[in-house]
Amino acid sequence: MLQVEAIDKSFEDFMAVNGATLTVGKGEIVAVIGPNGAGKTTLFNLITGALKRDKGRIIFKGEDISELPPYQICKKGIARSYQIVNIFPRLTVFGNVQVAVLSQQKRSSNLFRPAQNIAVEETRRILESVGLLDKERSIAGSLSHGDQKILEIAIALGNEPELLILDEPTAGMSPEETSATMDLVRRLAQMRGLTILFCEHDMDIVFSVAQSIMVMHQGRTLVQGKPEEVRNNPFVQEAYLGVE
Amino acid sequence: MIHSKWFGSVAAIFIVLLILPPLVPRFYVYILALIYVTSLLAMSLNLVVGHGGLFQFHHGVFYGVGAYAVALMLTKTSLPMWVGFIAGPIVAAITGLIIGWFCVRLSRLYFAMLQISLGSLIWAIVFRWYSFTGGDDGIHGVPIAPFLFSLNSSYYFILIILAISLILLYLILKSPFGTTLQAIRDNPQRCEAVGINVRHYQLLGIVIATFFAGVAGVLFVVLERSVFADLLFWTLSLEIFIMCLLGGWFTFAGPMLGAAIIIALRTFVGKYTEYWTLILGILLILVIFFLPEGVMGYFQNIFKPRTKEGIERG
Repeated sequence: MLQVEAIDKSFEDFMAVNGATLTVGKGEIVAVIGPNGAGKTTLFNLITGALKRDKGRIIFKGEDISELPPYQICKKGIARSYQIVNIFPRLTVFGNVQVAVLSQQKRSSNLFRPAQNIAVEETRRILESVGLLDKERSIAGSLSHGDQKILEIAIALGNEPELLILDEPTAGMSPEETSATMDLVRRLAQMRGLTILFCEHDMDIVFSVAQSIMVMHQGRTLVQGKPEEVRNNPFVQEAYLGVE
Repeated sequence: MIHSKWFGSVAAIFIVLLILPPLVPRFYVYILALIYVTSLLAMSLNLVVGHGGLFQFHHGVFYGVGAYAVALMLTKTSLPMWVGFIAGPIVAAITGLIIGWFCVRLSRLYFAMLQISLGSLIWAIVFRWYSFTGGDDGIHGVPIAPFLFSLNSSYYFILIILAISLILLYLILKSPFGTTLQAIRDNPQRCEAVGINVRHYQLLGIVIATFFAGVAGVLFVVLERSVFADLLFWTLSLEIFIMCLLGGWFTFAGPMLGAAIIIALRTFVGKYTEYWTLILGILLILVIFFLPEGVMGYFQNIFKPRTKEGIERG
């Protein structure tokens, strides 16, 4: 479904992503791992168009999307959540998701119908599936950090993506929240037939959820394969899994 | 329940304003009408500033362009008055489209600087082009239909157009477009990521806001029957920006309150001292420190029913 081919991105002299490759098959859950500064977030920003790549190609469903602006990439079926909470803090929880649903339904420029009657059912169904329906009228900025991270995912679902990209979905969460969130992600993938690409620091989560793992190091792809293959790779063992 | 109560008080205020003119001195009728005109201007600005998060620093230009469009049409052509009244907002909106098209390519302060430059350019043209715009003399004695001659009839005309404009602005704010615009204000980057072409919606917001600034310009001509280049000068733009801040720019009606406060200050304190802006300055400092959401925002927080959100917000 998604192929990233030898992609480069540098910030002045620093090569943040340096010839990385990645393959995501339809319906797969793929994890990207690597130490801080390995270029994981930059890679996601390149795929979603937030940054422009210097070299290489990004193919989504057979189409080169590497030149498209973010809003068009989103319309092709890629939605994302962010590592650092990135929501609409002054809107209600409902409003946060509704903005995405309205955009998905191409109704954002409707000027004279009350928004409170539009896309209500779709929005509430998403809130229900992530467990935020009881907080739909709260101001998003007042939610707890954990709920805001869940709202992140809910906003991304509003675009009915085929590929959902989650940048450290459990960053800053307590262990209980973390396992609940990963259960949610797995459930959503099944329910909606989503393809998921995520990155995560917690190796237990990665190896229990992901069907394919890509290891990044200094902007390069070290290896991509099934969890067992990656686990048995000597370099990965030495560098990340702490095995002597 | 809350909705109908709210509707009731708005209707009551409107009725009071309708029966006021014969009961109060002419001067107050004039000041009220001036407040309405300026309110509409501040409200139109707030659509893009408070709800759209844009640095629309030279909004006065579109007010002036709307006013000059009517005044020029009525003095230089023999077109009927209504054509001029409709043309004013449209010319303002087209100007908004052109200036906005350049501005939305930049962000924040760069947006503001470009708009001040382009707006000042229009001001300079109006100020200097004596043969066409009358330069710094302005245009006086704009012919208006006899039924708008008396102060009271122009008061009613202005009040009714203001009411219609406010209803439209309210509907727009509550529409999907309004929601999207507020989302862009909160987080443009995230909007791009959910498939929203941010520039496109910002430009649409500017066109709508400048259209209503043009409506305010038309109302100014109805009230004053003259126009002058000061309408396009940047100090007026700053003043309406302050009205939004003072009244509460995250509220719907805040800018109207801000306009009323500033015009009342200028009129009544200005009578005693030409340094009335000193009081305005102190007031602004107090608002910024103690009422960061503006006067209207403060009252809204007090009177807000204690709902679940209220409790969660602490």
